[in-house]
Formats: sequence, structure tokens, C-alpha cells
Amino acid sequence: MKKLLAAAALFAGLTTSAPASEPDPASWETVVEQARGQTVYFNAWGGSENINAYIEWAGGRLMEDYGVELVHVKLDDTANAVAKVVAEKAAGRNDAGTVDLIWINGENFASMKRQKLLLGGEWATKLPNWHYVDIENKQTILTDFTIATDGQESPWGMAKLVFFYDSARTDADELPQSADGLLEWAKANPGRFSYPQPPDFIGSSFLKQVLSEKVADRPALLKPVVEEEFGAVTKPLFDYLDQLHPVMWRSGRAYPQNYPAMRQLLADSELDIIFAFNPAEASSAIANGELPDSVRSFTFPGGTLSNTHFVAIPYNAAAKAGALVLANFLISPEAQAHKQDPRIWGDPTVLNIGKLDAEDRARFDALDLGIATLAPDELGPALDEPHPTWMDRLETEWKRRYGVAN
Amino acid sequence: MDGKGLRLDDIRISLNGAPLLSIAHTIAPGEVLTVMGPSGSGKSTLLAFIGGFLDPAFEASGQVFIDDEDLTPVASEDRHVGILFQDPLLFPHMTVAGNLTFAIPATISGRVRRRDIACRALEGVELAGYEDRDPDTLSGGQKARVALARVLLAEPRALLLDEPFSKLDAELRQQMRDLVFSKARQSGLPTLLVTHDEADAAAAGGNVIRLGG
Amino acid sequence: MIARFGPPLTILLLAGPVLAGLAGTLLPAFGYLPALGGDTFSFEPFGELAAQSGIWRSAWMSYYTGVAAAAISLLLVMLFVAAWAGTRAFATIQHLVSPLLSVPHAAAAFGFAFLIAPSGVLSRLASPWLTGWDRPPDAIIVNDGAALSLIAGLVVKEVPFLLLVTLAALPQVPVERTRKITALLGYGRIAGFIYASWPQIYRQIRLAVLAVIAFSASVVDVAAILGPTLPGTLAVRLAGWMNDPEISMRFLASAGALLQLGVAVAAILTWIAVEKTLGPLIQLMAQAGYSLRRDRWLRLAVLWTMALAAGTVFAGLGALAIWSIAGLWQFPDTLPDSVTLKSWMRAAPRMAGPLVTTCIVAVCATAIAVALAMMCLVREDTTGRRTSRFALPLIYLPLVVPQVAFLFGLQLLFVLSGTVASLPALVFAHVVFVLPYVFLSLSDPWRAFDRRYEAIAAGLGKSRNTTLWRIRAPMLLRAILTAAAVGFAVSIGQYLPTLLVGAGRLPTITTEAVALASGGNRRVIGVYAFLQMLLPLAGFAIATLVPALLFRRFRAMRA
Repeated sequence: MKKLLAAAALFAGLTTSAPASEPDPASWETVVEQARGQTVYFNAWGGSENINAYIEWAGGRLMEDYGVELVHVKLDDTANAVAKVVAEKAAGRNDAGTVDLIWINGENFASMKRQKLLLGGEWATKLPNWHYVDIENKQTILTDFTIATDGQESPWGMAKLVFFYDSARTDADELPQSADGLLEWAKANPGRFSYPQPPDFIGSSFLKQVLSEKVADRPALLKPVVEEEFGAVTKPLFDYLDQLHPVMWRSGRAYPQNYPAMRQLLADSELDIIFAFNPAEASSAIANGELPDSVRSFTFPGGTLSNTHFVAIPYNAAAKAGALVLANFLISPEAQAHKQDPRIWGDPTVLNIGKLDAEDRARFDALDLGIATLAPDELGPALDEPHPTWMDRLETEWKRRYGVAN
Repeated sequence: MDGKGLRLDDIRISLNGAPLLSIAHTIAPGEVLTVMGPSGSGKSTLLAFIGGFLDPAFEASGQVFIDDEDLTPVASEDRHVGILFQDPLLFPHMTVAGNLTFAIPATISGRVRRRDIACRALEGVELAGYEDRDPDTLSGGQKARVALARVLLAEPRALLLDEPFSKLDAELRQQMRDLVFSKARQSGLPTLLVTHDEADAAAAGGNVIRLGG
Repeated sequence: MIARFGPPLTILLLAGPVLAGLAGTLLPAFGYLPALGGDTFSFEPFGELAAQSGIWRSAWMSYYTGVAAAAISLLLVMLFVAAWAGTRAFATIQHLVSPLLSVPHAAAAFGFAFLIAPSGVLSRLASPWLTGWDRPPDAIIVNDGAALSLIAGLVVKEVPFLLLVTLAALPQVPVERTRKITALLGYGRIAGFIYASWPQIYRQIRLAVLAVIAFSASVVDVAAILGPTLPGTLAVRLAGWMNDPEISMRFLASAGALLQLGVAVAAILTWIAVEKTLGPLIQLMAQAGYSLRRDRWLRLAVLWTMALAAGTVFAGLGALAIWSIAGLWQFPDTLPDSVTLKSWMRAAPRMAGPLVTTCIVAVCATAIAVALAMMCLVREDTTGRRTSRFALPLIYLPLVVPQVAFLFGLQLLFVLSGTVASLPALVFAHVVFVLPYVFLSLSDPWRAFDRRYEAIAAGLGKSRNTTLWRIRAPMLLRAILTAAAVGFAVSIGQYLPTLLVGAGRLPTITTEAVALASGGNRRVIGVYAFLQMLLPLAGFAIATLVPALLFRRFRAMRA
């Protein structure tokens, strides 16, 4: 298989030499000129109505300011868009592809970057709004799951693992402070905790969170998996899971399929502790009547996983100029502040507020983050995402051990 | 040959190479030929061949003439050979009058005129006033009479009868026989009747050919 | 006559895409796909497939789900028709069940899950006053490891399909007359029907039954919602591999697709074996005079089971409807705290485009499919040849070959021809899946037509065309419109082909619904499922009302 992949990469390398007419973000006026009248097919997960509404708002603004039409291609899995680009490449369609912009991070980015399926030329760092981006404090903007972004993807929002509970049912004093604490809590409250079934993104993230806490040699996780050491490195994780599963929801014989399903289980009082990658998620859900207003957030004092999500342009996109304009708009202070509003989406900004002028800063200051949202200084330390190979390998191992229930 | 009537010229029908029947006969206008035989003897197949709707699974040779015209290469709809089956088979989605006007040749035009002809045909089978009835609401005997009126309205050049009386009760059966044969004679139609009922043959009064089992 | 072109065109339309798509699947299954670096043939993908944990269990579950869902559905339909055909209760249930056919599988499955889950509507209704639960019990009902809820969910959806097909076949068999005869001979209603009428009916609906087996054994969306997860059924895992960003997974997925094909074939072969056993057994029972004279208890049981099946789907849809307007709705509240139109208002502006696409594609695909099916059937009458032994499997191909098995290859074809994401390409892809259902629904009543009517018309001097349009088509109008309604519903329910051939740029209500369903938001699912249900319902309403109005004066046409 490895050989095949190498061959595929080679094949990719031969066919992706950029045509001369590629838009150059360094001369921005030309890009804006080229973009006018283009239609940008933005391939983004469509499972959340408030995110869909936000993208629709962005489309309206894009049309007003630049005459660029945005079409949201709603995916149930980002991998579908990757698959589309792969299929186009297999068919030799090296320009006029059907995907212009992809919402992406982690293993999908790693995979596309490795196969040279992305627009290069460090375009992201040449966008006019790039100078607002908080590269000083948010390292995950430059290294996506330990992979250098190399300007092949532009940041869109920040994510951090945050736990939610219903204060009407659970006492704040009893909340666990670490993965070990969570195990103790689960033993004391059997059937009230679960995590989405890997390879769901949130579920796999839980595995990485536990591994990051329990691993003896944390820096090992930042490098690709070494197969010979995998068993030893991950032993603490799987020992942990072996203890956790019997006291989990459905005794670990069924899992919620994703985060929204888990949120529903909290609302149904089947689960007592859930977690998400968006600190404002609980406030959003309360505003939408999906969770009771007694839900609150907490994190582990020792830190939780944190990462950034991005947008990227396939090498064969038909509307590259339009995609650049959209990517630039998405990191504008206006778009970022709108996005951080929990009534809209609540997704934390990638910008450095300190770099903004007074007017733009006021947009952020005016936001009410909601009762269930922790302030940025209450979120606790950030744990780095392991190298993407870990995600893949952990998912495989999880499936091998737990993929077939008895 | 004087040529008038329905002439069956050396007709042989077989299925998968096994001969089913062979017949050669001329039926004069107004005359009835009865072909008798048990079921499976191929008598309905003979009618299908004459009517031009023989299942392609059968092999057939020989020719059919009406008034010296060779019908064999002619399409079924251009042969103008009327047929009556065991069941009256009135079109269930048309009124009684609708069934009849459908049968009137296209050369006769005008809605009123066509309907008028249909009404008179109904009178001819003693069903005056039944024009607008749903055929499904008629009795078995009434249906049979409408079917007879329908086939005659199309101005056929010959009439084929496929056991048309077998599903009627005894009293009706005799009435229908009389009606059908007298109408056929009146119209001067060469008529071919297939049946396994001796009484049918007797009522028809013409020649009888018996097919083996 | 243009009907001459019907059969070759149909075969090309059905077999072409499937075979091309299959080639695009078959070659990678043996390691060959030069664009992805596979340029030698090997069995490596199969080795990898066999090494997947729980793969045989996945395949086994897919297999028995297919057989069990079809067997239970058919048994229920048979007993129901046997026990109640021609009665008022039959008409009532028939009217209750028929609209259910049009409910998209995913929507029905969600409704079912919302109903029976530990925190579902049933549990809420009974809590806490009866059960004492103030929190939902920690019990696996949905996603159970034995696939029982999956089978149940499939049965409530397949029963309407089989019932409709049976109803279309019913007028061709003298059920009422036969019933009187068997009653006089001392047979109970059910026994008499099964001995005397059922064999003729079954012959007409057999292909539909086989399609149900193949569908149930390879369904993706329903299995993803209701089926086991540790591991999932084969089709669900296959869809996952197909979507894996790691391109090397294509080889594994292709091998899996072949296994899925084998599973579907095995399920159908099992069924044929059962047919061969049960047919003679029923004859033996008949000859032994086993008359089941006192069958009232069975008749009532069947009636209630049928009502329960229909009621379940309706209640599930009701649950979806309530969720679509629910504010906060906590367990064990029977009803939501508050009612809000927020979910609808959020969705409304985004539904117009997909709605138009859905309708255009469904109408075009159905019209083409009905025209082709009729051309084939007319041609078949002319030549006297039934769709030959060679052609029949071809018509079946898109139904038996699991969609996941050939869609990737098909998508490649569209990309190569530069037609991907165009409306004609999407209509074409839909025709591939609509045509078999239309043909299956139409061919049996069409063939069962009493051709003596045509002989009579020919004797009256009417041309073939006149006979077709004035006699046969009107008499079969109900069957034709029913087939069209089935086609319309099939088109609307298409998910994978729309997603892949539309390249996501031609969203329909269904692709939008499934994309949103991945978010698991019950409120949004409620909104889209409702809309999804409304469209095909309109199709079936037309199929029922038009003939009823047109032929309201004619008793024999009401059948």
C-alpha cells in the first residue's frame, strides 16, 4: 500500500505544475478583478444549521462587496470533498475542478498536502487580512496537527476541547479535574458518560486527550507513529479505556455517533458529562433551546486539546481568485466577530484582538459570550494535537480492540 | 373459383415442430362452419391465425382468403375479421355507447351520427336506452348482446366465434345462438365457430369439422 | 414503430452505467487503478478486507437482515391480503399504508428511532407515571447488536412497497370468485387464498420481492441510523471506506463492494431455495386438506400487526413533526416546553433551490423511465418475446448491484466526459435507478393484461396505436400512474447518486436532509424529513386520484 501511495504522490507531482494564469494574492487588486462574477463552490460540513446560516451570511456579504457568488456544498463528511478531488485527478481533470474551497484540518489536510492536491505558493500568508491573524499566541495556526501549514490553508476558527454538564443534575464540586478524575467519576456514576464512536472526529479527539494526559513521553506524540513503540506508548490509554467502557453508557456496547447526538443525550438526561471542540457550543445550544439553561462548561486544569480549523483551495479549483477573496473575507474582523457571536455560531476568532483598530476591537468587545461559555482565561492550558498519524493509528487500534462487541 | 366468402387454403399450424392441426375449407357468405374439438386441439389457434394475432411461438403455413383477397400478409387490424370470445370483453372504461361508437369505422364521421348508429344497434339487440350504462352493471346476457352489436358495427367481412355461448346459462344460450346466427346470416357473413358443445354445432346448422384430440 | 428502440436503449441505459461503474470497482478490487498507482493485479485488497475486524460478522448481518426483512414483510402482506382483501378494513388499511411508500427511508428510520429509543416518545408517554423513570433507562434498543431494530425499521418500510405491488397485481387474479369457491369447499379465508390465489399473485410480485431482499441487504442510510455499530453492517462500513480520504482505501472499498455483491446474491439464492421448499409444502398442505377453518384469531392478529406497522411509521413521523417545532424538550416531558417555528424559518430560505432541483430531476427521470418501460413492453408484445433470460438480469442489475459498488466508477465516467454536476447527467443517473422500479411495477400488470381485448380491437379495424392509447393504456392507467409514482418516489429518495453525480452542486431535499442528519439535530431532521415526505406523497395522491376521477363512473375500473 505504501508503494502505491508513493506512486500516487509521484503521479500527482507530475500533473500539478501550475498554469501561468494562476491568480497571485500578492497583487490583490488583480485577484479581486479576476474574482468578480465567479462562483465559488465552498465544500463545508453542512450538519449544523447555525453554521450553514453563517456561511449564507458570508455569501451575501461577498456578493455585496466583490460580486462573487458563494455556493455552500453541504458535506456530511469532509472526506467526500477530498474524494471528489481525488476522483477528478484520477480522471485527469487538472483544471476547472468542482471544488473551489474546502473547510479542512488535521488528517484531511495532511492527506491532501501529501498528495499535492492543494494550491501552493504560500497564498494564505499573502492575503491582505493575514496581518490581523494571531500567529504570535496561537501556534496551531502555523502547525495543523504538527504539520506545517506552509500557507496552503488559511485559518478560520479556533477549537478547544471543553466539557459540559447540567448544573441542575450534577454538582460542580464533583466534576472531574483530569482524565483519571473522569474515570473515577464514571465509576461513581455508571452509564452517564460516553464518547462518540471513533473514527468520529470528536470521539478520536477524546482518545488523543486521554493519551496526551496518560502518556509517559509526551513529545513522542508530536512525531509520526513508530510502529514498534506504538503498543508501549499507548498502553496507558487502552488500560484506561478497558476500565472506562464497562461503566459507560450502554456499557460501551453502543456509542453516540457524533457530538450533536451526544448533546441530545445530555438534553435527554441520558448522559451527565459531554464535551465539544467549541467553547461556545453550550451557550449556542441553550440559545437554540437544545439544552436547558442550567448547562455549564469546565475544562481540565492540566490542559485540553486545542487546534485550529482552516480553509484550503484544491490545486484544480475552477474559481481560485474567488476562493482567495472568500478566504480573505473569512478572516476579516467583521466576519470573525460575527462568527464569534454565540447567537450566530460562537466559534472563537483566529485574530489577535490587540492588532485590530478601535472600531474592529469594539465589535469583539460588544459580544456577549453567553452564560455557559468560559472566558478565554478560564479555558486552561492548551495541549498540542499529536501528529496526524496518531489519529489514524489510534482509530485502527480502537476498531481492532472494540470494533466488534461481544 | 367463384371466390366469395372465407377460404382457408391448406392451413397447417404446429408448435415446436409438432403439428397441431391442418384444415382446408371455404365458408360461403351467410354460412357457418363449426370446428369441433376438445380443449388443446388447437381450435382457438386457428382463429388466432385467421384473425392475424397468432402467437409467434407457433409456426403456421397456408393462406386465408376473403372474397379472393389474400389476408395472410395483411395486418390484423386491416383484415376486418370480427371476433367474439367466451367473455364479452366490453371495454370497462367506456360506456355501452362508447364501446359501440369505438367500433364504428372512422369513415363515418360526426359525433351525433355515430351515436345515433350506436343507439340503433342497441335497439337491434333489444337494449334500447342502455347507452349510458357502465358495462359492468349489465347482466351476462346483456353484455353478450352488446358485444355482438359491437362486432357487427365494425362492418366485418367475416365473423369468428370462440365458444361464445359456453359461459351463458342454458336458456340464454339458446337465445344468443339464435340471435348471433340470424345476425350473421342477415349480414351475409361467412362465420367460423369453434366449440366443444354439440348443441352449438346443431344450432349453427352448417358443416362440421372435427379435430382430433 | 419507435418502440423498436425501447429494449436496446433500456439495456444500454441500465447495463452501461452499472457495468462501467462495476469495472471501475472490479479493477481496483484486484489492485488495478493506474491513476492511483495500482498497475499490477493482485489479491492484496481481499487480504486486507479479510483482515478487517468483524468483517464476517458485518457481512453475516447484512445477509440475514436482507432475508429476514423481506420474509417478514412478505408474510405480513400475504396474510393481510389473504385475510382481508375485498373488505372495508382492507380498504382502510390500504389507504393508510399506501402513502407510507413515499416516505423516504431515512425519514422513516429517524421517526422510528425517535419513537422507540429509551428517551423516545413511547418511553416519555409512559414515564414517570407507569415506569417510574425520571431518566431514560440505560438500555440498547436502537443500534442493537442483533440488528433487530434495523429489521423492524426495514419491515415497516417494505410492507407498503410489497402491498402496493400486490394491489397492482390483484385485479389480474379472480380473487373474489376463487374465495367463494374455496369457502364452499370448506377452507378458511386465509388458507383458501394461499392455496388458490397466492401462487398466481406471487408470480407477478416475485421480482419486487427479490429487489426488497437486495435492497435490505445493502441499505446504507437506514442501517446507519438503526443498525448495529460494533461493527456496522457491511454496506455502512463500505460507504465509510469509500469516503475515506486515504486513497489507498479505494482498493479495500472495492474489494468490500464485491463482497457486498456476493452477500446480496447469497441472500437472493437463499430466498430461491426457500421458495423451492415452501411452494411444494403449501401444495402438500392443500392436498392434505389442511383448511384452517377457524382463522378469525389469525385474521385479527394480522389486521392489528398491519395497523401497528402503519401506525408506527405515522407515529414516528408525528414525533419528527413535533421535534421540528420543539423548543426545549427534556425527558420525561410528554410534550416540549415551548413550541417554535425557528427551525422551519431557518430552513425555509435554503429549501427553494433544492426543492426545484428535486422536482425537475424526479419528473424528467420518471417520464423517461415510464416511456422506456412502455416502449419495451410494447416491443415485447410485438415480437412475442418476453424480456429474455439475457435481458432480465440486466434490468435487475441496478437493483441487485449495491449502489456503493458501482457509483465511484460511474462518477469517474461523468468526470471524464466533463458532464459531472450537470442536470442531464443527474437525470440520467436517476433514470438508472428509477427505470428498474418503474419496469418492475409496470411489467407485471402490463403482461397480465387480457390480450383478447386487443384481438377484439384489431377485429374492429383499429390500428395498434389506437388500441394502445384508447384501450390498453386507459385500462392500465392505474398501473402506469402507480409505476410513475413509484419512480418519482425512488428518484426523490436517491442519496448517493445525487451526491456523487451532482458533485454536491445540485443539492436535492434528500442530500440536504442527509447532510443535516449527520448533525443529529432532531429538530432539523424533523423539518427536512417532513418536506421529503410531502413530495412523493403528492405523486401517489395523483396516481390514486386521477384514475378515480377519470373513471369514477365505471365499476370495473375501481378494482
